[in-house]
Amino acid sequence: MSNTHREQSDVMMLESPFHSRVKAANELNEWDCWAGYTTPTKYFDVELEYFAVRSTTGVFDLSPMNKYSITGPDAQAYLDRVMTRNISKINVDRVGYSVWCDDAGQVMDDGTIFRLAENEYRLCAYARAMDWLSWCAMGFDVNIEDVSDQVAALAVQGPTSCSCLKAMGLEGIENLKPFGIAHFDFDGEDLMVSRTGFTGDLGYELWITPHKAEAMWDALFSAGESYMIKPIGSLALELTRIETGFLQAGVDFVPAQDAVRLGRSRSPFELGLGWLVDMNKPVFNGKQALLREQREGSRYRFVILDVDGNKPAHNSFIYQGKGKVGTVTSAAWCPTAKSNVAFAQIEMPYGEVGDDLVAEIYYERELHWTRVMAPCKVIESAVFNPPRRRQTPAPAY
Amino acid sequence: MTDYDVLLVGGGHNGLVCAAYLARAGKKVLVLEANEPLGGAAASREFAPGYTVSSCAHWLTHLSPVVSKDLDLERHGLQLAARDLDSIGLAPDGQHVTVTGNTVQGAGLSPEDMQAYTEFHRKTIKFSKLLAKAFAVRPPKLVESNFTDRVNLLKLGLGMKMLGREDMSDLLRLALINMYDVMEENFDNETLKALLSFDGVLGAHMGPRSPNTVFGYLYRRVGDVHGYNGPAVVKGGMGALGTAVADAARAAGVEIRTGSPVEKINLQDSRAVGVTLVGGEVIAAPLVVSNADPVTTFEKLVGYRNIETGMVRRVSQIRMRSGVAKLHLALDGLPQFKGLDNTQLGQRLVIAPSMDYIERAFNSAKYGESSALPALDISIASVHDSSLAPAGKHVMSVIVQFAPYDLREGWESHKEQFTQRVIDTISAYAPGFSSQVVASELLTPVDLEREFHMKGGHWHHGEISLDQVMMMRPFPGATQYGTAVDGLYLCGAGSHPGGGVMGLAGRNAAQEIIKRGAQA
Ligand SMILES: Cc1cc2nc3c(=O)[nH]c(=O)nc-3n(C[C@H](O)[C@H](O)[C@H](O)COP(=O)(O)OP(=O)(O)OC[C@H]3O[C@@H](n4cnc5c(N)ncnc54)[C@H](O)[C@@H]3O)c2cc1C
Repeated sequence: MSNTHREQSDVMMLESPFHSRVKAANELNEWDCWAGYTTPTKYFDVELEYFAVRSTTGVFDLSPMNKYSITGPDAQAYLDRVMTRNISKINVDRVGYSVWCDDAGQVMDDGTIFRLAENEYRLCAYARAMDWLSWCAMGFDVNIEDVSDQVAALAVQGPTSCSCLKAMGLEGIENLKPFGIAHFDFDGEDLMVSRTGFTGDLGYELWITPHKAEAMWDALFSAGESYMIKPIGSLALELTRIETGFLQAGVDFVPAQDAVRLGRSRSPFELGLGWLVDMNKPVFNGKQALLREQREGSRYRFVILDVDGNKPAHNSFIYQGKGKVGTVTSAAWCPTAKSNVAFAQIEMPYGEVGDDLVAEIYYERELHWTRVMAPCKVIESAVFNPPRRRQTPAPAY
Repeated sequence: MTDYDVLLVGGGHNGLVCAAYLARAGKKVLVLEANEPLGGAAASREFAPGYTVSSCAHWLTHLSPVVSKDLDLERHGLQLAARDLDSIGLAPDGQHVTVTGNTVQGAGLSPEDMQAYTEFHRKTIKFSKLLAKAFAVRPPKLVESNFTDRVNLLKLGLGMKMLGREDMSDLLRLALINMYDVMEENFDNETLKALLSFDGVLGAHMGPRSPNTVFGYLYRRVGDVHGYNGPAVVKGGMGALGTAVADAARAAGVEIRTGSPVEKINLQDSRAVGVTLVGGEVIAAPLVVSNADPVTTFEKLVGYRNIETGMVRRVSQIRMRSGVAKLHLALDGLPQFKGLDNTQLGQRLVIAPSMDYIERAFNSAKYGESSALPALDISIASVHDSSLAPAGKHVMSVIVQFAPYDLREGWESHKEQFTQRVIDTISAYAPGFSSQVVASELLTPVDLEREFHMKGGHWHHGEISLDQVMMMRPFPGATQYGTAVDGLYLCGAGSHPGGGVMGLAGRNAAQEIIKRGAQA
């Protein structure tokens, strides 16, 4: 593993390959730590950053993401054993979303799998996974490498994102299908673009060698200027992902390997991710346990709640009648959809679509706490899902 | 439709015992053994023209009397050439120590030591009786224990209570410490201490100071509970036991195919559905029972890629580093050991004059080297059984510790040197010995692995230590002979209670399979 980046740094917190640019753009100088990296929570205003994603283009630096290269003759068979979904269905130059479980059928993490070539994949994950991925490799002819430091990445998301990239010179980018991968030349280096993202909008992710990171940032922002391109921090991204129904590891579920207390981890079914589980595969980690769960029933249900009022139901208990039936894991007032959304874990058998529940919300104004019991309804799907997300060629805004 | 109810992979003694019990319960069983001879590590071989030895296990110390009686092994040809033999700890100065059942004698022994040994023996047998009870039934599960398991646990617990307070706390204390300390606590005579502590490390990757060695010793004493007041010698070599068990199995209706190595265990929807032989023949059956060690079973036969990672992890972490080699020597006459008369040459002779000697021998193994001065367990079976060697000649079989499986320099270049080292070691106790050797054969752990298809050549198919016995054997999640692969069972030394020529793993597995009946 190349450590160029980490070695250069003389401070405890690591810096992303885009750091010089991020720092210059960060008007509020508000920072957080993500996977050991200094990352911006917001650059100028969370709402405005959010609206950049929804109305023009927002750019998020996702370089700290953990990235693993998986290559070798058994790469596909290997991933099929690790992942719950059928990896053979991901063609070359395509990306798939999946979760992976331990033997108890409990979700360890979710991530995206990029098929770069016949026997070459890249896995992007929230949590560090090298240890588990290595254990999983026993019996397979695969090579697994942590390439987190070898790839710099930007998410370019929003209605004008395609136009920005075209203006940057990425010809034909409008024809890239959702979950597709295309390669371009950038200053003599390979620039990989995937039509993927965490915002539920039209959007792309750009992957490049770290030493071209700053140049790429500059090219992107100058090309995108007339398309109102803006950098966004983690708080704005959080709003967009809740609006579009994406789970966040470590927030909406405890990665099984981190769960200390019995029963705190969740299965894919309990996270509403049963569609990612392919029981027709002969074997994959967690299959036996998940078959048992299918027979015996799940403990929890993941639900999306439409909550009355405009107070986000952060950390709320959820009631059905007088009984406490669950808790909220993520909540936000979603400006575009104009709805107050919460993700919750509800004990079975409660929380069917259409059920009326109550969220106990506490909020504070100038040290004064108020409690509201806000009615809420279990809704079928996420509140934000625009057609442009799926259209090819991508609409030009 | 398939012709068989059960396929048994491996015709070691446990596999054959298991097959016989299953057949007696009405199952149609086919045993598939890779080798031509049956019995696995219960084997004999003519390693030089006219000279035959037990090629792996050479002392019968543990055979379950229940198995022996149920299968009527005597009727099927099992004969003992000698039994209840002494163990003699050889001392360089000829001041040997001789253990006979619960007594010990020797010129250099104090009356206190003699008395202490009898008391020590009484106590350990008490503990081993408890173990023997646990050995005769399936191990309880760690969690989800059902009624039978609770009763078995209760019996074990009750048994411990019945020991009396003093003995019980002693057992709990002893089980966790090491032979070295226990010996120091009980005895003065160094040869005696070494002789007893060698029993605690036999077949193990451990020295007297290693934890778990007291458990190893108690394990060994279960043999006494099974009626062996000392080692026995099987007439014709240990292979005759393998043959007798095979005959008993055939008589019970078991079909046996030798020279039929299984290439893989076939799965369908994570369920075992049969096997494929080397050569491609596919045989189907609703149940597959493996007598191979757990690592071979899951890594080679099932394939790590066909089971889930957590289980792969547990299998791959089973400690099964072997440090035991076997040396066979053809002798042109009886050797003359200092201080021993000819009547004693048929006893079990141990060269391990002090605990430090054993510990040093073990140190080498830790670092991938063979012992400069190895500890030896010697059997001259031809003293009891003249059929093993030409008239007037003899065969010697030596268990040699330590000879690490993963010898740093590799075994090929080292074999000759190591053979000579063992011969020289013996010569120090039996002057002129080396000139009596007319042929030799060294089986290193690598050879044992190749010959008997046991991973690492490990005596017990996986170390006997507190974290790998009872409900943790062979590994958590595959206890009670069943595995995470439905329809696949284990019945060899790698499962509860463990190795040695005992037959209980095979019997218990069969009982479990019969009990689970249609749900198996
Ligand atoms: C050097 C040495 C000395 C020992 N000395 C003693 C002793 O003195 N006294 C004592 O009681 N114990 C002794 N032991 C231990 C004892 O030999 C074993 O614990 C015992 O024999 C194991 O019996 P088993 O039936 O469980 O397995 P095994 O005897 O190992 O039988 C397993 C069988 O499965 C077969 N097999 C494996 N894979 C396949 C396949 N793919 N297809 C078909 N067949 C397959 C093998 O060929 C073998 O026949 C000794 C062990 C060693 C290594």
